[in-house]
Amino acid sequence: MTAASATVSTSVRARWRLDLWSAGAILIAIMVAAPILTVIALAVTDSSDIWQHLWSTVLGLYVERTVTLMLGVGIGTLVIGTGTAWLVTMCRFPGSRVFEWALLLPLAVPSYVLAFVVTDQLEYAGTVQSALRDMFGWTRPQDYWFPEIRSMSGAVVVMTLVLYPYVYLLARAAFLEQSVCVLEVSRTLGKTAWSSFLRVALPLARPSIVVGVTLVLMEVINDFGTVDYFAVRTFTAGIFDVWLNMNSIQGAAQLSSVLLLVVLVLIVTERAARRGRRFHHTSTKYSELPSYRLRGFNAVLAFIACAMPVLLGFVLPSSVLASYALKFYEETLSADYLTYVANSLTLSASAAVLAVIIGLFLAYAVRLSRGPWVKIAARTASVGYAVPGAILAVGVLWPTGAVDQALSWLGGHFGITLGAVFIGTIAPVVYGYLVRFLALSYGTAEASLGRITPSMDGAARTLGANPMSALSRVHFPMMRGSLVTAGILVFVDCMKELPLTIILRPFNFDTLATFVYQYASDELLEESALGALTIVGAGIIPVILLSVTIARSRPGVR
Amino acid sequence: MKISTSLTRAARFALFGVALSGIAAATPTAQAVAAEEVNLYSYRQPFLIEPLLERFTAETGIKVNVVFANKGMLEKIKAAGANNPADAVLTVDIGRLYGLKQAGVLDSVKSDVLNANVPANLRDPNGLWFGLTTRARIALVSKDRVAEGELTSYEDLADPKFKGRICIRSGKNAYNVALIASMIANHGEDATRTWLEGLKSNLARKPQGNDRAQAKAVYEGQCDIAIANTYYMAKMQTNDEKPEQKKWADAVRVTFLNQGTDARGTHINVSGAGVLKGAKNRDNALKLVEWLSGDEAQKTYAEVNFEYPVKAGVAVADIVKAWGDFKADTLSMEEIAKQREAATKLVDQVNFDEGPTS
Repeated sequence: MTAASATVSTSVRARWRLDLWSAGAILIAIMVAAPILTVIALAVTDSSDIWQHLWSTVLGLYVERTVTLMLGVGIGTLVIGTGTAWLVTMCRFPGSRVFEWALLLPLAVPSYVLAFVVTDQLEYAGTVQSALRDMFGWTRPQDYWFPEIRSMSGAVVVMTLVLYPYVYLLARAAFLEQSVCVLEVSRTLGKTAWSSFLRVALPLARPSIVVGVTLVLMEVINDFGTVDYFAVRTFTAGIFDVWLNMNSIQGAAQLSSVLLLVVLVLIVTERAARRGRRFHHTSTKYSELPSYRLRGFNAVLAFIACAMPVLLGFVLPSSVLASYALKFYEETLSADYLTYVANSLTLSASAAVLAVIIGLFLAYAVRLSRGPWVKIAARTASVGYAVPGAILAVGVLWPTGAVDQALSWLGGHFGITLGAVFIGTIAPVVYGYLVRFLALSYGTAEASLGRITPSMDGAARTLGANPMSALSRVHFPMMRGSLVTAGILVFVDCMKELPLTIILRPFNFDTLATFVYQYASDELLEESALGALTIVGAGIIPVILLSVTIARSRPGVR
Repeated sequence: MKISTSLTRAARFALFGVALSGIAAATPTAQAVAAEEVNLYSYRQPFLIEPLLERFTAETGIKVNVVFANKGMLEKIKAAGANNPADAVLTVDIGRLYGLKQAGVLDSVKSDVLNANVPANLRDPNGLWFGLTTRARIALVSKDRVAEGELTSYEDLADPKFKGRICIRSGKNAYNVALIASMIANHGEDATRTWLEGLKSNLARKPQGNDRAQAKAVYEGQCDIAIANTYYMAKMQTNDEKPEQKKWADAVRVTFLNQGTDARGTHINVSGAGVLKGAKNRDNALKLVEWLSGDEAQKTYAEVNFEYPVKAGVAVADIVKAWGDFKADTLSMEEIAKQREAATKLVDQVNFDEGPTS
């Protein structure tokens, strides 16, 4: 064989290989995007007059409320998440080792649980105001002023407390993954600790932090339970109103599509702002991170900054739940409690594993591809996070039903009566989770890959590794921490997930979340407190594991 | 060869995923294979209906497979098409029943039992849906701060003398939408808009919480009048697990509105059921709906859930009886359902859910 023909065949091979990754990625992306595309399709099939009605009445208000909520929770989670991550990663103060994992705990608390508990404590009849009335002898609401709990600020506080761990988690992983060299250089060049943080560490960690905040914002956009509880009328509240009160799933799909558009704009804007400012780690040389020992006033401040979110976001709701559970355990225990636990675990674990595999596959395919198509496909597949769960469930139903009907039709040709193959099983639930939470795993994988300099790929390939072995031998070890993070995020989120589970599940099938919901939907959370406490408890273990993995993920640290 | 290794690895990755979802799909889900069963989609919470369904199974030997969700059921039925596994639907609020009917998924049922048990104004003329219980939307007024006869009609709720004294849940809640729809059916849209604006300016606070929370607010002194469904009152009165709710109930007086000789009667809503088109277990589904309209089930509805049975001759719970008899609005349920969209839009137009200050 001549040298020339060898070269030709290699380049052909290279291109072919590339196309296989792209084709696979696009195929998977289409499967994941099918429910989202269904929602868009539903939106264009109908031209009802809801827009005129909404425009002339409440649309402006919905938009204003949604934007306010996004700003409030976005800023809140950014400050708390990044600030505490930096403190526990770079500083030593009393309790800092405990806070490393404790700061993640609110992640395990479903926001509707925190909403219920906070309202229960702070509303007019709650513990706090009752105590104040006793203390000062007030008897009527007109006697004094107290902030309205079921309000925008209530919703912002509650959502910030349960969502900041996303930012914390990703920011901390990024801070840990960063090479200490740049920080040392920055300090030797005369920067203070603060300005090293602001000018060096923060920009380096920015892609991860942005992913975290984007996830938070999407979560804010799609939330219905919490805003409904706090009587905050957001865009999503409008979607449900159009769907259920005006009997128009098409109208609801139109509104949801607008949300999707907002999210796409958000993502594109962020990318544009970042264009040309890429930061990679150029080495995998890591030494022990320096830890600044805080003393005196600074140590107290750091302690309070880390303790508050944990106290309010975790200790308060769990202890209130525990006290309810002591009183109302019968409802939970007399139900098929252990089966619910097993169901929750099975669904969440399978969704988490699938989401990480597919997320990593897509992120890597995007890295390999040259053209825009893979990237567009991958991004479309990961916007499911921004769609309210119940609407996404409808989006899952149609493709699943269509596949079922196609199979029945096919079976009919062979004289087999298939009936429903997927509908009525748990497959649509796992599919729904995947569609909804792919953003978590894809976003995390993408951010983590982005921090690995492309020259690593080049080196690996030059040394004869194909894309697959480069991924498994070079990238994967560097990304391990981030991927476990992604898996656990998906797991914990699936444990709490409600609307998809409740709509897509089969007959006689309950998870912890659906069991709790039948009471919580009528504001009777106390009666299912043990179930709710179990959701929290089941979330704690992976969350602690997660923290350990992240701490160990730092190469060079054993 | 390089290509094949990379391919097989990629393929293994993909296969793993497929295998996982396969396992997921194969996990047993108690799907319908056994002979005597019926598959039920329920908008009602399991803890409310389970005692009934268990008794049905004990009596008939028909197993009831049930899944509860309070939204998305219609879409689930439609998406499955001919493969829809559900046989019957159980729901509250006429809006849902009517929505299912409009979507064309309900099957027409001819049953002498149902026709005898369910009064004609509480069922579909073509047997598409049947009301099983009714509930009245009443005023719970403060015993101390509202005199007998001070509030007698829904129309009164807009009277300025009640400024800052009324508590109600979101105007978008199904029960409030139905109430507003009944106002539209009686007075027309313009008059109802004026009424709703009046009611809004009489509110003590932004609409929030459920019906129970409104009674609690009366007890706490935030307002004098709460609007609620009847069974909430009975459940508070009998709540041994949370005795504080008995205090809330003690603070209020049950007031049926529009009761005068010329008045149209108190607004009521229904819970009901329907058999689905293409039901695989149609006979069993029909048996279930018939059974739910029978003496035993009706008695349970009355005594456990404190609803009003539809079947003549079945007694209400003692505690409900103590509130006295009332005249119910005879307006057809479908008339109410037809005005729901208009009612929803009115709630937006007057910006009801922003409460009294805006």
